Amino acid sequence: MERTTIDLWVGIFVALGVAALLGLAMKVGNLTTSNLGATYTVTANFENIGGLKPRAPVKSAGVVVGRVSDIKFDPATFEAVVSLSIDKRDAFPVDTFANIYTAGLLGEQYIGLDAGGDEVKLKNGDRITHTQDAIVLEKMISQFLYSKASESKDDASATPTSSKSTKKAADALGANPLDDLTKPASQ
Amino acid sequence: MIVRSRLRIFRTIGHRFTSRIWRLGAATRLFWLTLISSGESFRRLHLTIREVYFTGVMSLIIIVVSAFFVGMVLALQGYNTLQRYGSADAIGVLVALALVRELGPVITALLFAGRAGTAITAEIGLMKATEQLSAMEMMAVSPIARVIAPRFWAGVIAMPILATLFSMVGILGGYLVAVPLIGVDSGAFWSQMQANVDWRLDIVNGVIKSVVFGVACTMIALFEGYDAPPTAEGVSRATTRTVVTSSLTVLILDFVLTSFMINV
Repeated sequence: MERTTIDLWVGIFVALGVAALLGLAMKVGNLTTSNLGATYTVTANFENIGGLKPRAPVKSAGVVVGRVSDIKFDPATFEAVVSLSIDKRDAFPVDTFANIYTAGLLGEQYIGLDAGGDEVKLKNGDRITHTQDAIVLEKMISQFLYSKASESKDDASATPTSSKSTKKAADALGANPLDDLTKPASQ
Repeated sequence: MIVRSRLRIFRTIGHRFTSRIWRLGAATRLFWLTLISSGESFRRLHLTIREVYFTGVMSLIIIVVSAFFVGMVLALQGYNTLQRYGSADAIGVLVALALVRELGPVITALLFAGRAGTAITAEIGLMKATEQLSAMEMMAVSPIARVIAPRFWAGVIAMPILATLFSMVGILGGYLVAVPLIGVDSGAFWSQMQANVDWRLDIVNGVIKSVVFGVACTMIALFEGYDAPPTAEGVSRATTRTVVTSSLTVLILDFVLTSFMINV
């Protein structure tokens, strides 16, 4: 008699566990969305992949069409070889552009595919030739600083009135923290 | 005199060390015997089901309540830090990953050691003290097959179930704090979570962890009970040792397992 109530409770317990696991799989994890079904793999070479990681999404027009399956380094060309697994249903032309974008300012990096106009479609094992590297923030900042420094050098050689007016404009826009960095370089 | 007392220190350390090694060997032998003679605990499944009731079902309340509060605290603390970086929407990811990967299996194992492990040790220690185990042997009933193995398998079954429940209830607790209380967008909470929690790498790895912790905690509790001196003091000491050893083992095993699972 007592054993049946224990059986009932254990049954409820196990059912709760299975329900929690299903809940984790469906509601928390991405089991339902990560199933891409049949895929084909293409590669793309990049000089710099930034922070791209395996399993990063491959998007086209903002829709996830595949995932990064593998990232390797090619010692012959010193480039990164990125393998993309793309859903079989989504065929892309051979002149498709592959860019590495960043979701938000500090978000994860993903590969964006911009379809070209060619009639021939990419097949399994093909290589995407048109690629654009990841934007490295440090590089951008140093380029910006460099151009800013050369700009203020031009100002110093120009007439004093124009330099004053640019100074005024800068003051009106608010204090630029980069001014402190560029000033010593110009003097 | 001084030299002798110094020598005694070395002797104590050496004695402690060798007795630890002896006990480790005995525990391994008991583990092996349990595995060999666990056929009966599945042939007579009601033995195991009864133990699942005592270790699993009876631990439900403490697991659910602590999971709820752990989830709520995670959401509060996570929000406090994340909103400084303007990414309060990522709070769902933080709560889910922390629970599924780490806190779910580990806290469940610690609570399990305190709630069910002590009960197992005390029960088996008392069975030994009152010579019930010897009586079984006299009747040609193997106490390992009849008493130890069902409890072992019950612990191994109950632990992953409790850990998944802990994660799920914790996430619900985090949801309650993040969405109605703080005002994070509900869609962002779930969608960011779904985008960043992986089935294989996060959820399955968490379940694997909890199975390993289940084996470790239950085996430690069983061995301490089986090895306890058959006195009231011996059983009480064994119960204390169960909690201490299980907690340390779980935390150390957690590091080892995590270092295998995360490719740095």
